[in-house]
Amino acid sequence: MYEKDGEKYFVVDGHIHFWDGSDENCKNKYGHQFIECFYGYSSALTPPEYLWDYKKYQKYTEADVMHDVFEVGYADHAILNSVHLWDFFHHGFDREGEAWALTQSAGGKITMNGTWDARDGDEGIKQLEADAKRFDLQGVKIYTAAWKGDSRGFKMSDPEAYRYLEKCQELGIKNIHVHKGPTLTPLDKDAFDVSDIDHCATDFQDLNFIVEHCGLPRLEDFCWIATQEANVYAGLSVVMPFIHTRPHYFGDVIGELLYWLDEDRLIFSSDYALWQPKWLIEKFVDFNYFPDQTEYPELTTDVKKKILGLNVAKLYPKTITVPEQFQLSAAEPVLQP
Amino acid sequence: MTAQMTSLDAEVMSALSTVVDPELDEPITDLGFVRSIILDDLGVEVHLRLPTSFCSPNFAYLMASDAMDALRLMPGGGVVRVMLDDHHDSDKINLGLATDAGYRGTFGNEAHEDLEELRATFKRKAHTASMERSCMQMLQRGTWTLEELPLLELRDLPHCAKTQALIRRRAAIGLPTAPEARVLVDSDGVAIPERDVPLRLRMAATTRRSIEGNAHFCRGLLATRYAGSQEIDAITGPVITDLRSGA
Repeated sequence: MYEKDGEKYFVVDGHIHFWDGSDENCKNKYGHQFIECFYGYSSALTPPEYLWDYKKYQKYTEADVMHDVFEVGYADHAILNSVHLWDFFHHGFDREGEAWALTQSAGGKITMNGTWDARDGDEGIKQLEADAKRFDLQGVKIYTAAWKGDSRGFKMSDPEAYRYLEKCQELGIKNIHVHKGPTLTPLDKDAFDVSDIDHCATDFQDLNFIVEHCGLPRLEDFCWIATQEANVYAGLSVVMPFIHTRPHYFGDVIGELLYWLDEDRLIFSSDYALWQPKWLIEKFVDFNYFPDQTEYPELTTDVKKKILGLNVAKLYPKTITVPEQFQLSAAEPVLQP
Repeated sequence: MTAQMTSLDAEVMSALSTVVDPELDEPITDLGFVRSIILDDLGVEVHLRLPTSFCSPNFAYLMASDAMDALRLMPGGGVVRVMLDDHHDSDKINLGLATDAGYRGTFGNEAHEDLEELRATFKRKAHTASMERSCMQMLQRGTWTLEELPLLELRDLPHCAKTQALIRRRAAIGLPTAPEARVLVDSDGVAIPERDVPLRLRMAATTRRSIEGNAHFCRGLLATRYAGSQEIDAITGPVITDLRSGA
């Protein structure tokens, strides 16, 4: 819970990690480059007082998560999103076993999502069934840019991916978080193309597609798709930290998203440990558009409350209950003269 | 160093400044992607670098091979070598460049067709963003209204860098550049009807902000990646080494 100027905000961090990018876990140079690239993202957009040294960043503890996200980070709940990246890391990037232990010890504050890879065939389907049962999955995190042997990624519109989406429907896994990263299949197309989301969102209308990083660096293509597909959400990981280094650009992205989508489909997330939620939340609650940013829908306190927690809480009803005091007060009836 | 030698540095930079990052629509020299230039008796060696090791290899290849082409057009450049540093596909791309293998020869099975359609997609986006800048300039001056905008012609635009940029981007996708050509057109040159103008202009603004935002982000990542590196930071420009005899 965050409180400022008498307003109380129920906070859900829509996307956190519990990764292992340590040297011991890196399988090859790509693993090293991957975690170095993550560190580069952090370093470029983090206020210096919040920046960790590289060693800690590679592998942090359960206590770090509990402290940074919940004790000082204001979150009432967090969604833990996992990806394995087997081709880069010996034991997986996501520390699945430890992440589940963390989830179980967090007193109901964490929802852990599963993951699948469209190229894993029947084995993967079986694994998904087992994971759904074991972790009581409500959502999955898909990383379409994962390498697998000679393949350097897949599309959410591939027939193989559709098989998994059908399985998700069957298992009641409603929330499909898709990280759009540079897939290289085929290489001659735009690696950041988001158009596959258009296809799967149309064909699976009962599933929710949360596009992490809201399609950056293809914001305009994402917005165009999201205007047409009501089940597409904008995950604000990576967008949030611009509030510090490039606040005007941050205003533009939020404004564009509110303009093309609506206030019910924006979801706050820190992408911890890429960034720490504490400063993101403090700055966001204080944020206003710049004077020249006049064409965007208003960013009111109620809109901020929705973005910071109420929107994503609706997607995870099994594990997130919003206490009455945090609900938006119903609009007062307009008195007739 | 003689005046002639200094001018070769300048010629190399000038040739490289014609190479544009297709996604960001800015010259690689402005983005800090040129890491170092070595001049020797054989010719020119240029090292390029990108903001992350996972930047898309297709764009990386495009910029590196465009740099190669631009330097080869330079008279007196000698043998041209272009190397991409610190990228997950550096070995593959550098081998491809050194052997003139072409895009498909470089990437083999990963490449299906060629890169021209990809390049065209980003040229179209660059035009859309540029068109929006010119239109907004006219609206802000108050000389044109939204309703009148479909009638705006290139000759109505002021003589300024924005207009020059628009004309270059039109030429790049084969749109007419004559004075009487309409400004507000789609990527195929079809005039946008009045009723569609607000939506199309609004979408064009999103495209522009997206491209500008990506350029900010990439600059930030590059600066972070090479901060404190002895040979160069992201601001001062490439290290130029002259090894030619008599240098």
